[in-house]
Amino acid sequence: MVELAVEARGLEKRFGATHAVRGVDLSVRTGSVYGVLGPNGAGKTTTLRMLATLLRPDAGEARVMGHDIAKDPEAVRAAISLTGQFASVDEDLTGRENLVLLGRLLGLGWGGARERADELLAAFDLSEAAVKQVKTYSGGMRRRIDIAASIVVTPELLFLDEPTTGLDPRSRNQVWDIVRALVRDGATVLLTTQYLEEADQLAERIAVIDRGQVIAEGTSATLKASIGVRVLHLAFEAPEIAGRAAVLLADKFGLEALPDADPAALSVQAGDSAVAASAISALDAEGMAVMSFAFGQPSLDEVFLALTGRPPADAKDEDTP
Amino acid sequence: MNRHDPDTMLARAIARRARPPRPSAASNVLTFGWRAVLKIRHVPEQLFDVVGTPIMFTFMFTFLFGGALAGSPDAYLQFLLPGILAQTVIFTSVYTGVSLNTDISKGMFDRFRSLPIWRPAPLAGAMLGDVLRYCLASLVTILVGLAIGYRPDGGVVGVVLGVGLLVVFAFGLGWIFTLMGLVMRTPATVMTVSMLILFPLTFASNVFVDPATMPGWLETAVWFNPVTHVVTAVRGLMGGVVDGPAIFVSLAFTVAMTAVFGPIAAIAYARR
Repeated sequence: MVELAVEARGLEKRFGATHAVRGVDLSVRTGSVYGVLGPNGAGKTTTLRMLATLLRPDAGEARVMGHDIAKDPEAVRAAISLTGQFASVDEDLTGRENLVLLGRLLGLGWGGARERADELLAAFDLSEAAVKQVKTYSGGMRRRIDIAASIVVTPELLFLDEPTTGLDPRSRNQVWDIVRALVRDGATVLLTTQYLEEADQLAERIAVIDRGQVIAEGTSATLKASIGVRVLHLAFEAPEIAGRAAVLLADKFGLEALPDADPAALSVQAGDSAVAASAISALDAEGMAVMSFAFGQPSLDEVFLALTGRPPADAKDEDTP
Repeated sequence: MNRHDPDTMLARAIARRARPPRPSAASNVLTFGWRAVLKIRHVPEQLFDVVGTPIMFTFMFTFLFGGALAGSPDAYLQFLLPGILAQTVIFTSVYTGVSLNTDISKGMFDRFRSLPIWRPAPLAGAMLGDVLRYCLASLVTILVGLAIGYRPDGGVVGVVLGVGLLVVFAFGLGWIFTLMGLVMRTPATVMTVSMLILFPLTFASNVFVDPATMPGWLETAVWFNPVTHVVTAVRGLMGGVVDGPAIFVSLAFTVAMTAVFGPIAAIAYARR
């Protein structure tokens, strides 16, 4: 077993004038969940598609499960499975037919493929919908049948492209449970996400990607430490008050202001709730009324602001080549 | 732990097991063919779309214009039906491109292309499914013809040979639509452009009337239309006459289309 499931160096891809991926390095330890975090259009999907041998990189090289993606794509494909951003199952077919189709394509006999399909349908809570066309499925069911389709033959490495985007919390938790179960069993999962919380919940290591480049990499603990474990968001009546509040919090509590898009708002790194509470009462005592406040994990936007000093580039659709 | 406990079931379903041996290319192609059959079963509408128009044309032309064009609706039907059959099968070949493009735009192709399977299998399997569609469309058209008075002199053998030639011809023509399906942006575009090609191709031919009745320039244009020759050949076969030159031209056209557009489609496919 190779030590690194993915080893990418300097991957680049251009689509016409768009430089979608500009020199991405990734090292993913075998048997771990690795999160690639970034906004729409950051180059996540393009990177994944290159690693899954669907796109040829313009520059750079990568080994996936020890096989070179350019020289031995067949061997790569035999080791991986890809679950794309949009349910890549046949909507006209039933859930069961989709799984049998993939089982047959991967070398199971008719009987074996049917048995495997039923086993996966039961385990993924889809037995009742087994003989319904996938187009009648809810978002969460689609995601599950899509992931089931990717593990008809359990891959060594599973690529999941934004597995929970647009899902309700219950469906999201089901997908997370599946990812955790896969990794417990020894598989490696490389997932992309727009949600820090998701990367935090699942991934051993995270790469933050923006405009086609990795701008930070590490465990979620180190990433969060770099921007403060928790953030206190404060909203004031006027930008002028926010400015004075920032000075006060820095002087009295040593809390550093994070850049914020709204001039009348202030976000500071606050280690614990006691500090946050005393900060709010101190502001109040000084006549700087807090209109509203929130205390919690930094959002992806804040990670971005902290890392890049600007809000996430809200590019349009992510790289459809 | 309970055997039916959700977590246990999940863990067991996910548990790794030996990878089955890689199936042959033929098995891959047949599996994709099976998928095409399932799609016909689940979405029979796609066949109605294609067969509906020719059925309407058969009725319309036979009963509205048949008397004027050939003396009687019945006499005209004997001339028209092989032509309508050709039109039906040729229109059905559009679906090659449309369904391919749908697969690509829905992400289905990404999954297929990331599987360790024989690479051209999805294309080849789809074409296998198309052959089935051509046969079904032919069957419907012929049954409608028989019901309203079509009596082929060539008998069952002639009809089967005629349909066979059409299926081969449509396979050759299908490469154009396969290529369009691979390079165009949306299924709707593929459909529209295909229709822009197919309407002149089937109408400016001898499907509906004898080209001798047309102005000279149009008659010449019709003679250069490959559909004219395949219709002549099919009309011959179904009428019990083997028209060697027309059959030769039809087959030569099929070979030429495959030789030119097959490799281009293969390159477009590999590039995606």
